This record gives sequence, C-alpha cells and structure tokens, in this order.
Amino acid sequence: MHIPDGFLSTEVAVACAIPAAAAVGYGLRRAERELDDRRAPLLGVTAAFVFAAQMLNFPVAGGTSGHFLGAALAAVLLGPWLAGVVLAVVLTVQAFVFADGGVTALGANVLNMGVLGGLAVGGLMAAATRVLPSSRRSSLVVAGAGAWIAVMVGAAATSVELALSGTVPLGTVLPPMLGVHALIGAGEAVITVAAVSAVLATRPDVLPRRHVPVPAA
Amino acid sequence: MRRFTILAAALAVGLALAVSPFASSSPDGLERVAGDRAFLDQGRLAPVQESAPVPDYALPGVSDPRVATGLAGFAGTLIVLGLGWAVTGAARRRVTA
Repeated sequence: MHIPDGFLSTEVAVACAIPAAAAVGYGLRRAERELDDRRAPLLGVTAAFVFAAQMLNFPVAGGTSGHFLGAALAAVLLGPWLAGVVLAVVLTVQAFVFADGGVTALGANVLNMGVLGGLAVGGLMAAATRVLPSSRRSSLVVAGAGAWIAVMVGAAATSVELALSGTVPLGTVLPPMLGVHALIGAGEAVITVAAVSAVLATRPDVLPRRHVPVPAA
Repeated sequence: MRRFTILAAALAVGLALAVSPFASSSPDGLERVAGDRAFLDQGRLAPVQESAPVPDYALPGVSDPRVATGLAGFAGTLIVLGLGWAVTGAARRRVTA
C-alpha cells in the first residue's frame, strides 16, 4: 500500500505529513515510559520483523498480492503511539534505500500504514481491556480483529487522499481498495495472531499489560 | 529478554533472507487498483530515489534474482534493526536527560 511520489498533490502530501510527524514525535516522547530498560530492544526488533514480513507478498486474488503492514502487531507489542514510530522507521528505510514508497508521500504512508492503524488498534485495545476477560484468547481476538481493521483504515485513508489529490474519484477508488484489502487484511490478521501467539507462548511479560488484555501470570 | 531479542531478530533476518525470494511478485492491492483505474503511470521516483542503493529489493551486481532479493532483505532487515535501536536510544536519552 506504499504510495509513490506523483499520486498525491502537494497540498495533500503536506496535510498528511504534518499529523504523521506530530504523531511520530509524540510516540518518541512516550518511548521512555513505554520502553523501560528491559523492553528497550523491542522497538528495533519489531521494526525488523515488520520490514522482513512486508517483503513476503502473498497472493490474494486474480493476479494481485498483498503484504503484511504491521501496525496492529506493533500496537499490541508497543502501544498505539509507538506503532507509528515503528512504521516510520520501516517506511523511511524502504523509501531511501529501496526506492519503495515516495519521499514526499512518506508522511502519508506513515499516516496510512502506521499511525491510523496503530490508533485504531489502540482504541480497540482500550475497549477490550474493559469488556473482555484478561486471557490469551482475548489478546488474540484483539490482535486479529485489530489487524483487519488497521488494514481497512489504511486502505480507506489512502483512497481519500488519492481522491482529494484529484488523482481518481473517491467512488472509483474506494470500493476496489476496500475489496482487495478486505482479503489482505485477513492475511494481516493471520500473521498478527501467529506473532502475538508466539510472544504469548514465550515471553507474555513483554506485552504491555496496560494496553493488552493479557492473561494474568 | 536477551534470548527473546536474539530469537526474534534471527527470525526476521531469516524470513527476509530465505523466504522473501519466494514471495509473490504480483502487484499489491494499491498497485493493482492504480493499474485498473489508470493512474499507475502517475507514480514516479523522487530524484533522491534515482540513485537508491538497492532499487526494487534486488541487490545490484548479483545475477541470480532470488539471491539478489534475499541479500536485499538481509541487508534491509539489519538496517531497520539498527535504525530502530538508534531511534530508541536517542528517544530514551532525550527524555532522561
């Protein structure tokens, strides 16, 4: 879902870059609270996993592929605001080293694939910690549903930005974007649940209890 | 935590090195929609991307495309890991200072 340069108008690119930068900046300010000495390596490792998993395009339908985005996984492991930081790290390396995703579109890509999904999953986690029992199953339900929602939010935001840029009418771009990403989101959910499940099986104490309904130790 | 970190990092590097060469090369969701709705051609590289070190996830100078992709994934995962740790270090230093 990487927007290259040329798809967005300058106005839309700037209008996306400002909130993206603000959210990433806020995430960095929270890093001290979210990442104590023990959890400090987690952001880099999560970013590395997200980068690697994003390379693994899987076929979805009719000659189309999808790939993992990672905002939901990052939000579950690190909290909603640091998801934007993780994706900013990944997307910056992709844009400048691999020429994947635009440079002027970097803010929009961070917003679509990191910040918005992270915050959507954050909202879901906040609701889930109130209504769901603290259990392994609750954590996995949040991870799976959050993953699908994060992908759909990103696809919708991308469509709106393309329409506001005058690149393509919203009615033309939104239905196919949501349609194909409903399938990609299912893949995202599978990978996110598998990853969170693996973390729960090995180091459940890594998950931020404040954000995730993890089972009591 | 050290063991968890090493295992998770090794998994990421291993996936990028050994599995990415076998990933689907079909267009992704956005590329597909852009092609179908005739705005794919508006995409272009930024000037700084014309000289990107590893364009299109293939390490230059490697003739076998699968090896080139695997090595690109290997290098990219380590770069992201390093940048992630650098950002974490900088953010934690700034807050504690």
